[in-house]
Amino acid sequence: MSPAAAGRAAAKRRGTAARLGLMALPVAFFAVFFAYPVTAIVARGLKTDGVWRLGRIGEVLAQSDVRQVLWFTTWQALVSTALTLLIALPGAYVLARFDFPGRQLLRAVVTVPFVLPTVVVGTAFMALVGRGGLLDELWGVRLDTTVWAILLAHVFFNYAVVVRTVGGLWGQLDPRQEEAARMLGASRFTAWRTVTLPALAPAVAAAALMVFLFTFTSFGVVQILGGPTFATLEVEIYRQTSEIFDLSTAAVLTMIQFAAVGAILALHAWTVRRRETALRLVDASRTARRPRGAGQWALLAGVVATVAVLLLLPLAVLVERSFGDTGLGHYRALTRDDGGVFLVAPIEAVGNSLGYAVAATAIAVVIGTLASVALTRRDAGRLVRGFDALLMLPLGVSAVTVGFGFLIALDEPPLDLRSSWILVPLAQALVGVPFVVRTMLPVLRAVDMRLREAAAVLGASPWRVWREVDLPMVRRAVLVAAGFAFAVSLGEFGATVFIARPDNPTLPVAVARLLGRPGELNYGQAMALSTILMIVCAVALLLLERLRTDRSGEF
Amino acid sequence: MLLSLEGATVRFGGRAVLDAVDLQVAEHETVCVLGPSGSGKSTLLRAVAGLQPLDAGRISLAGRDQADVPAHRRGVGLMFQDHQLFPQRDVGGNVAFGLRMHGASRGEQADRVRELLELVGLPGARGRAVATLSGGEQQRVALARALAPSPRLLMLDEPLGQLDRSLRERLVVELRELFGRLGTTVLAVTHDQGEAFALADRVVVMRDGRIAQSGTPLEVWRRPADAFVARFLGFENVAEATVTADVAVTPWGKIPVPADAPQGTRTLLVRPAGVRLVPDGEGPRHTVTARTFRGTHVAVRLQPGDGDGPRLEAACALQAAPEVGDEVGVEFDAAEIVVLG
Repeated sequence: MSPAAAGRAAAKRRGTAARLGLMALPVAFFAVFFAYPVTAIVARGLKTDGVWRLGRIGEVLAQSDVRQVLWFTTWQALVSTALTLLIALPGAYVLARFDFPGRQLLRAVVTVPFVLPTVVVGTAFMALVGRGGLLDELWGVRLDTTVWAILLAHVFFNYAVVVRTVGGLWGQLDPRQEEAARMLGASRFTAWRTVTLPALAPAVAAAALMVFLFTFTSFGVVQILGGPTFATLEVEIYRQTSEIFDLSTAAVLTMIQFAAVGAILALHAWTVRRRETALRLVDASRTARRPRGAGQWALLAGVVATVAVLLLLPLAVLVERSFGDTGLGHYRALTRDDGGVFLVAPIEAVGNSLGYAVAATAIAVVIGTLASVALTRRDAGRLVRGFDALLMLPLGVSAVTVGFGFLIALDEPPLDLRSSWILVPLAQALVGVPFVVRTMLPVLRAVDMRLREAAAVLGASPWRVWREVDLPMVRRAVLVAAGFAFAVSLGEFGATVFIARPDNPTLPVAVARLLGRPGELNYGQAMALSTILMIVCAVALLLLERLRTDRSGEF
Repeated sequence: MLLSLEGATVRFGGRAVLDAVDLQVAEHETVCVLGPSGSGKSTLLRAVAGLQPLDAGRISLAGRDQADVPAHRRGVGLMFQDHQLFPQRDVGGNVAFGLRMHGASRGEQADRVRELLELVGLPGARGRAVATLSGGEQQRVALARALAPSPRLLMLDEPLGQLDRSLRERLVVELRELFGRLGTTVLAVTHDQGEAFALADRVVVMRDGRIAQSGTPLEVWRRPADAFVARFLGFENVAEATVTADVAVTPWGKIPVPADAPQGTRTLLVRPAGVRLVPDGEGPRHTVTARTFRGTHVAVRLQPGDGDGPRLEAACALQAAPEVGDEVGVEFDAAEIVVLG
């Protein structure tokens, strides 16, 4: 072999070894705690005496109630997505392009719902539009028997996804591009339509797909607001698994959801790649200016009003209901062990949740960081890009399936974790990792390759390069990612509801259990506990908002 | 030889960006690689730095093959085209970076940073944020950073590329003086011939990944190797000619050439200073199509009489320059004519 070829081969070997080293832990994590439990539960449902019974798929699909669930899941997700885009796009524009007092605050406020646990969202909307809710008291209007409660809760929850994804990019588009079009004779609207809109389209598509994904797999919200009438796939999987014990139907539904989510994620990856193509981006702080003219002020007022009614009102009602007529009575009741709903005082769920969330965050940050670094290496190939898509899967695969899978798969040596406290953080970290990766990747990708080369030429080894060049730049991103992972872990419900032990409930699990029981006191306690959960999440978010780099992350 | 390239080849998707390049740089020598954008000169630097693996050939530093040596162990310095200062570190942190990587103590680092910032004319700048520096200051900091670990070979990628003209002219003199004083071995690339000629002991002209010519600035300037090099150096009057004895037949008429010129069909270079304008009727007739004021002289663009030959550029004294549309005759000075190749 010639010296050049030998050197090339050596460099390639080093690169491959480094990449495999970085990917080993994330891959092992996903194999053991995601692929294995999910496969195990699907096998449990579809395999008898070692034979796969794939005929079950056809049988299940032939059931009219299953088809009904599929149809409802799809159309409510479509309508939720359209409604969210319609309501949130003006907000994205206002927050990206207008400079006004309170802009930072508004930006933080619209993000709060996204990190709120779905259980809190459901509870808040119950308090607003449910039986005995605010609208019921005022005008006798109840929406909890209609699909509107679900749709509005979905808009509430996903408003931030659109504002962050689309608005983040919108704020960074160079206004001079539009000005150039104007100078060439385009009207203001034509300039927007021909220059800005095409640049935004991939971001809008990506946001729409994310919203569709979240609403398609919606669990906590529908579980609470859907009543007996409405069920998404995820809710139906839960019902089949834990109430009817029909594992084979649950397995088929899991596979259907898996296929749908895979398709959505593939589309999403494609739009994200398109978004990354050469756009001229500028510092977002330079593109915003004060609104001019009655039209723009009216738009701003409209957005503020929407946020107040749609995002703030439900939360305010939740807080109000948590006090009820009793002052702090519901909160005090939380500290008593009445031996009814739980084996412990409900307030202990706060400590449990915080402990689990810290552990889950640590796991998610380590796994997510390793994965992100592997994904941004220059020699990343097709295999690695496939890995990228794989990391997103836990976002969409039925959390209920994962949770139940944990129970039946991780119960024998060498991995008998059923009685271990680590089981809950592991499941929560699974959902946190995609957020960590999505937050860190754009920042890591934005690090100029030549900065790393400059460090290498000055004598820094690859590890030193990462520590000296990449780390200082992503330090903030890591903190932001950790904040997201923390909030997501805190609110995780679908998987936790299976694996949290009765004497160690997390906040969302405790809320759901309280809601599931009759009586004014239980209802009030659920509201109080939700309020506590909301405050913990909001504090985490506000801390994170101070840290946030103004780059367009994907959430 | 400190640096030696033998048949160095880099291909990007089948296209050879570096095509079997042979190049030697001796210790204390300043070599400037000159070429248009896309000629492969930056790739050459990256290959030497170890940032770009070779597809064939070898690179050795001080006689040792570098194929297995990763970039951070090669002991060469590279100043990037757009400097690539680390944005999150101050000036001192940038300059000290290489020293830290090589395990210098804090005391050594501080001394060396002070010494280098003084050397590049920025004493007292160590605490400044990189973002507050002007283009010229960034360039100086980048130079100090590259020099700090005392690399055995310093490479500069378009060192003065983004600076304005007067600053560039001043810095090029400073750099040459500095490298002479420090005895640094330098390999620089640039597309600006003025910069290359002012900086280099030896100029290497590149074209499409190959070396078109190598020599001292004077040699290259006086005898460009071929039409490409001549045109790249800014000469417009390049044409096919038939040389017989001491006369060449060209589109501009018959032109005297030096007596020892190679014979036959050749490429001929006529320096603008070798074109003398005479009254119409004496010598072949040309029409003035453009005149450009150049400060020390006026460049006059001439169209040969029959209307479709290549244009001819002449350098005229300020007063004597004709107007556009004038018809003039031309005479040629054999000393300013070069028969190429």
